[in-house]
Amino acid sequence: MKTIIVVGNGMVGYKFCEKIAAKEESENFKIIVFGEEPRAAYDRVHLSEFFGNRDAKALELAPASWYAENNIELVVNERVTDIHRKTKTITTGSDKEYKYDYLVLATGSSPFVPPINGVEKEGVFVYRTIEDLEAMLGYAEKIKAAKPNGRAAILGGGLLGLEAGKAVMDMGLEPHVVEFAPKLMPRQLDSRSSNVLQLTLENIGINIHLGKATNRILGDGAITGMDFGEDDSLEVDMLVVSAGIRPRDELGKTCNLAMGVRGGIVVNDRMQTSDPNIYAIGEVALYNQMIYGLVAPGYEMAEVAVNQIIENNEVLMSSEIDMSTKLKLIGVDVASFGVPYMPAEKGLSIIYENKTKGLYKRINVSLDGKTLLGGIMVGDAEDYSILHQMYLNNIPLPDNAEELIVGTRGEGGSAFGSAMDLPDTAVICSCEAVTKGAVCCSVIDDGNETVKDVAKATKATTGCGGCKPMVADLVKESLKTLGKTVKESICEHFDYSRQELFDIVKLKGIQDYDQLLDEVGKGHGCEVCKPAAASIFASIYNETANRQETIQDSNDRYLANIQRNGTYSVVPRVAGGEISPKQLMALGRIAKKYDLYTKITGGQRIDMFGAKLHELPLIWEELIAEGFETGQAYGKSLRTVKSCVGSTWCRYGMDESVSFAIEIENRYKGIRSPHKFKGGVSGCIRECAEARCKDFGFIAVEGGWNVYVGGNGGATPRHAELLAEKVDKETAIKYVDRFMMFYIKTAPPLTRTAAWLEKLEGGITYLKNVVINDSLGIVDELDTDMQNFVNTYKCEWKEAVETPEIRERYTHFINSDEPDDNIEFVSLREQKMPKEWA
Amino acid sequence: MIANLSTYETVQAAHVKVWFKAGPALKFPKNGGACIKYKDKQIAVFNFTRQGTWYACQNLCPHKMEMVLSRGMIGEEDMQPKVACPLHKNTFSLKTGENLNGSLDAIATYPVKIEDDFVYVGFAD
Repeated sequence: MKTIIVVGNGMVGYKFCEKIAAKEESENFKIIVFGEEPRAAYDRVHLSEFFGNRDAKALELAPASWYAENNIELVVNERVTDIHRKTKTITTGSDKEYKYDYLVLATGSSPFVPPINGVEKEGVFVYRTIEDLEAMLGYAEKIKAAKPNGRAAILGGGLLGLEAGKAVMDMGLEPHVVEFAPKLMPRQLDSRSSNVLQLTLENIGINIHLGKATNRILGDGAITGMDFGEDDSLEVDMLVVSAGIRPRDELGKTCNLAMGVRGGIVVNDRMQTSDPNIYAIGEVALYNQMIYGLVAPGYEMAEVAVNQIIENNEVLMSSEIDMSTKLKLIGVDVASFGVPYMPAEKGLSIIYENKTKGLYKRINVSLDGKTLLGGIMVGDAEDYSILHQMYLNNIPLPDNAEELIVGTRGEGGSAFGSAMDLPDTAVICSCEAVTKGAVCCSVIDDGNETVKDVAKATKATTGCGGCKPMVADLVKESLKTLGKTVKESICEHFDYSRQELFDIVKLKGIQDYDQLLDEVGKGHGCEVCKPAAASIFASIYNETANRQETIQDSNDRYLANIQRNGTYSVVPRVAGGEISPKQLMALGRIAKKYDLYTKITGGQRIDMFGAKLHELPLIWEELIAEGFETGQAYGKSLRTVKSCVGSTWCRYGMDESVSFAIEIENRYKGIRSPHKFKGGVSGCIRECAEARCKDFGFIAVEGGWNVYVGGNGGATPRHAELLAEKVDKETAIKYVDRFMMFYIKTAPPLTRTAAWLEKLEGGITYLKNVVINDSLGIVDELDTDMQNFVNTYKCEWKEAVETPEIRERYTHFINSDEPDDNIEFVSLREQKMPKEWA
Repeated sequence: MIANLSTYETVQAAHVKVWFKAGPALKFPKNGGACIKYKDKQIAVFNFTRQGTWYACQNLCPHKMEMVLSRGMIGEEDMQPKVACPLHKNTFSLKTGENLNGSLDAIATYPVKIEDDFVYVGFAD
């Protein structure tokens, strides 16, 4: 039996153990792994999560018992100090000697601390191990106890530095990121994307200082500031150094292995060092004259070393290493792949930038326009996986390459095609080197039907998790090729889609949620299926949210919107945005009486914030007395029908948009649907009501109204599509009635009309056929159902205020009339707002 | 008073010193929650009618430290009864207090018993 000694039990050292344990040949080896940290290997990529949960266990890659179960001897808290190549032995810090046949160096790297005067002062930290983090947390507590506005700087604006910036902000210190280069993440971003990222981070509260060389750390014993020279300095109480890494290569040096000029142990494509019995993998290895500070190449190196040792000699390290990365940095997507930026003679770039939205996308294409060379995405990296795959697999670019980043225009559809178009050899999960073929086989040949099962079988998605959306697509498409439909069941309690449940409730005449669960579901329900069922009951019986209050989403249960501090906001209906001075005064009076923060909403209404639970019925009662009713601002239901002023006052107006908006808002008020929906009516093509970004919109033109449907503002904006042209008002309403009913009956839960229309086979043409030409023969039913909604509308506020049992729900405590004494407000521009979240 | 997580510690049925009479069972919504006050504590009490069981836990969501859990929807996941916070849908086991969809701190849970149609919550102080 031969002995393999692994020096270093970080992520890559662990991966080596895991990979060799999985081989049959591992029986022929005795494996000993040394780690100098006090614990077994953990996930350093997600280290900053430790600040959130302080749970070292959650970061574990495997429990200590795993090593024993796999016949691997794990020695922690022990440093290997020497290698004796002649005798093939190593010695450790406690002077023990071990003999090896193969030695694997996975000693990783240490943070690079630049030789700045004063860097040894108290309060200067590095960001590498759980112990480093614990020390930082302890020091931050000390600062906060001593002064209220403590500041911390991070030296280095790379990936890790920005994460550290967020971490110190979460500790309650004012964060300052100091970067030597003139841009953030200098290796991954160009200067324009750096600008966009900087703006976004500054908005969150992270201060960024670029192009600053730190000369000296100020302070007597403990750090008090950083000196940048020429009278430029920054006062800080703590400093986290995150200025890059240096390979931990001292073992290689002392036993005379071949080394790089600037460090790192030289390896060949078998991961062998200059001594064929010694391998080096991960961040200590210098391959192709480079140190690779990413986990995916480290894992590949582990795989190569394992194969070489078991004499599977044809597995070699890839000659080109992909340094693409995607991450969610402080809630902001940042991705960079291939060649992120390059000189103009190498290729052409297509750049999209929108600073108001914090978006930047750039792709670099070859001079002949045929291949993708790389790119950068900040603010939205949803398309990263597919772009990255196109790059890795040299997939030819479409004719309109700009559509890859700005989306297609006109008729729906995506510029990408599907993940299924990739070759089988395309690596989908680069952390675990899982190919598209392996994912699909796992579904088609091995019968795994969910992402969870595929992940278990192939390990795809278990590294950084960035490939999850693509794996989900592949699983879905593979199931389709088997003729299996991918069930869009609502949750574990119902094996049905919303549409199927809708039909079941209607046909069986099911009256309440418990009955539904008993007859066609299982278990006891959850926060996903309950509101979906509530929406179905509302759509079929037009019942208000008051009847089955505990299956309603929190907002519907209390007929108001829960806000940051657990208080509520109240929005009465102001149909079409038209409001009389008398009504305005009434709103003002009531808001003043209950000390509510008021704001005009984006949808032409007035929002009143800060009402405590027990005050809601009192406020509604007064509003009702003034002629107001609920605006259903909390519901998945009609919000507003926005209007411009129209032909009554406007010199351009073609028709009366206000009257029409009021009519239509009152028509659809209270109707429950799969998601909220909004309307707009513009009196002329200047479109001041922005009707085309609404779920339905009317625009007055010469000769009638144009009807648009399926628009959306919000996070994924989409212009509405033309359903009918130059129709009269009655016809316009009829078409929208049918469109809305068809949507309500068939859309999945929480799907806006835009997304629903996008997925509708045949799109707008099909929709026209259904609602105008009655191709399905269902318009009579749609018309009747809508009219039934309109006829049976009830104001839920009124119902709640007037029904003692319902009104009783609005107390904070069952056993006391006291209000919640936890709520605190602070003042803002002469109004109030909730105190900051801790 | 500002909420303090350390106010809340799980109480096992065996360690109950005080059975606090919280109110008539009928006042609590079916398959939903309501809040009671005990000394300086706010406790969410859930009448899980479908299971025929009652649960109690702190009303304080450990995510953003707001007193809202009693207003959350209850349900079950892999046979584990749970409540979903109305603010951000973090879910907690009503049996163990464990955060089921993330890595937040567990919430404190308390034993509940029903006697003569009254709800009693068990405390150790």
